[in-house]
Amino acid sequence: MNTQLLLIQVFNGLVNGAFYALLSLGLAVIFGMLRIVNFMHGALYMLGAFTAFALGQAFGLGFWPSLILAPLIVAGIGMVLERGLLSRLYGLEPSYNLLLTFGLTLLTQDLVKQVMLSQYAVSSAPYTPPPVLSGVVNLGFVVFPKYRLFVIGLSLLICLITWFVIEKTRVGAIIRASTENPGVTRAFGIDVSKWVTGVFGVGVGLAGLAGVLAAPIYSVEPYMGAELIITTFAVVVIGGMGSILGSVITGFAVGVLAAVGAAIYPPIANTLVFILMALVLLVRPSGLFGLPEGAR
Amino acid sequence: MTVLPRTAARTDRERMTRAAWLVALGVLLLVLPRLIYPVLALDILAWGLFAVAFDLLFGFSGLLSFGHAAFWGSSAYVTAYLLGQGQSVPVAMLGGTLSALALAVPIAFLSVRSAGIYFSMITLAFAQMLSFLALQWTDVTGGENGLQGFERPGFLGLDFSDSVTRYYFCLAVFAVGFYIAYRTVRSPFGQAQQAVRDNEQRAQSIGYNPARFKFTAFLISAALAGLAGSMYAFGHGVVSLEVVNWRTSGEVVMMTLLGGTTTLFGPVIGAGIVLLLRDVLTTANLPVGIVTGLVFVLVVLFFRRGVVGTLQHWMRKR
Repeated sequence: MNTQLLLIQVFNGLVNGAFYALLSLGLAVIFGMLRIVNFMHGALYMLGAFTAFALGQAFGLGFWPSLILAPLIVAGIGMVLERGLLSRLYGLEPSYNLLLTFGLTLLTQDLVKQVMLSQYAVSSAPYTPPPVLSGVVNLGFVVFPKYRLFVIGLSLLICLITWFVIEKTRVGAIIRASTENPGVTRAFGIDVSKWVTGVFGVGVGLAGLAGVLAAPIYSVEPYMGAELIITTFAVVVIGGMGSILGSVITGFAVGVLAAVGAAIYPPIANTLVFILMALVLLVRPSGLFGLPEGAR
Repeated sequence: MTVLPRTAARTDRERMTRAAWLVALGVLLLVLPRLIYPVLALDILAWGLFAVAFDLLFGFSGLLSFGHAAFWGSSAYVTAYLLGQGQSVPVAMLGGTLSALALAVPIAFLSVRSAGIYFSMITLAFAQMLSFLALQWTDVTGGENGLQGFERPGFLGLDFSDSVTRYYFCLAVFAVGFYIAYRTVRSPFGQAQQAVRDNEQRAQSIGYNPARFKFTAFLISAALAGLAGSMYAFGHGVVSLEVVNWRTSGEVVMMTLLGGTTTLFGPVIGAGIVLLLRDVLTTANLPVGIVTGLVFVLVVLFFRRGVVGTLQHWMRKR
């Protein structure tokens, strides 16, 4: 295979990786902090894309305002769900979170499908990137769509900010304290349940953001998150559940490996991530960056 | 010394209740094809056994497999493929079941080392691998088109082109599967399995090897899920990618929860309710996902005992 083709594949892989990273980062934040396995993450990603599309249809809102507004709306929906439903399951096995959010996924997907069919008479709609980002860039060795480069860049930036806030700032310290020892943290006068809701909001907001970013590439349809979430779960298992850094690095790495693997042997494209997962589990059951179970 | 006779009376009563449930379920399944159309009745049998198989792992070992579609689906494909190759029905169904069992060996080996939510995700990922394989391996699975139009040659003078005959043949198979599950749960193995579920450390300290129990439970569960999958393929005469989709894995969880985990009868009732509900919704042209999703959410939030579990709990309290 020639180098040019390989480089194109690496870039395509980075684009997919950008989505894996954003989604698995959100899952890691939610799982690492709250011990919630959010199966609904894919549906919330879809809701991000759908909200951007609906905002455009209803109010003529363009890409940029939607990029800010849609994730906030998704975060709001997430926080309502956390307060109203998920919080009822705290103290039970995490399996119940998984099951509840699985039910919500079925519900959301078909709800959006009904809305799209009745309001817009479509079940799948294209979404165009802003004019500033359309066209291609010549990187010298390869020509690449501007918008996709933007996706890679923004995803990296957001991941970096999230990591920094959680690991290096006071806010991050409060969040970690609230989840590791809620009793003591409460004694310091911190309203733990508000922080929990907030963290959940941020986590699903990341999914919403990924959804808006994905809309111009994959178009908007009710089931766009369905297969993606499964791959993201595999990424999370490879990286080590709850590991912030692990989810970001693994997200991009899996994206690139799958794309390069697909160029060499096409049928393997979608399976490679699961093969990787099986291999990692054989050697390190807690994932590449995860602590062994029970060690936290 | 009044404790002993009282407990004896109690277990006696429990045995009676269990027998009553068994008879009620048996009668219901015998008349089912007269109440609803036979293909739907057969669906309830197949999904019912699938849910029982799942419950054997989830309810009795505490392992939430989110990838049980792998065993159901692989068996359905193998059964359909063997029938397409001109094999007889029992051979094809046995082949399907054994293939599910063979598939379960490496998956069980890799997944029972993890617990809780890790286990769920790992089983889910393996099922997804299989689903991609089913999509890619078009020579055997038919890819997007699936397998259809395969023969179902008669057996012992039974004419399988008649759906009622197919139903009663499957009822016999179901009875065997259900009996295996029933015996497993009541056996010393089943008791130990529940001990491991309730307190792994304590079970280990009295000399049980938790990993081995989970491994064996996984294999039995997978084989029964395979048997159910072969019934499904045989009953419908069509196998599509749907059988290995993750939604299928989720649906069997829902049926089990709705009916009641650790009840064995519950999963069958749960399967019946979900399939009847879906049938009504589809004919009434209502959005299936919205209603079933809502039911699922409500069950997880407020009704975790399930239908049979709640009934049993209520009767025990009286």
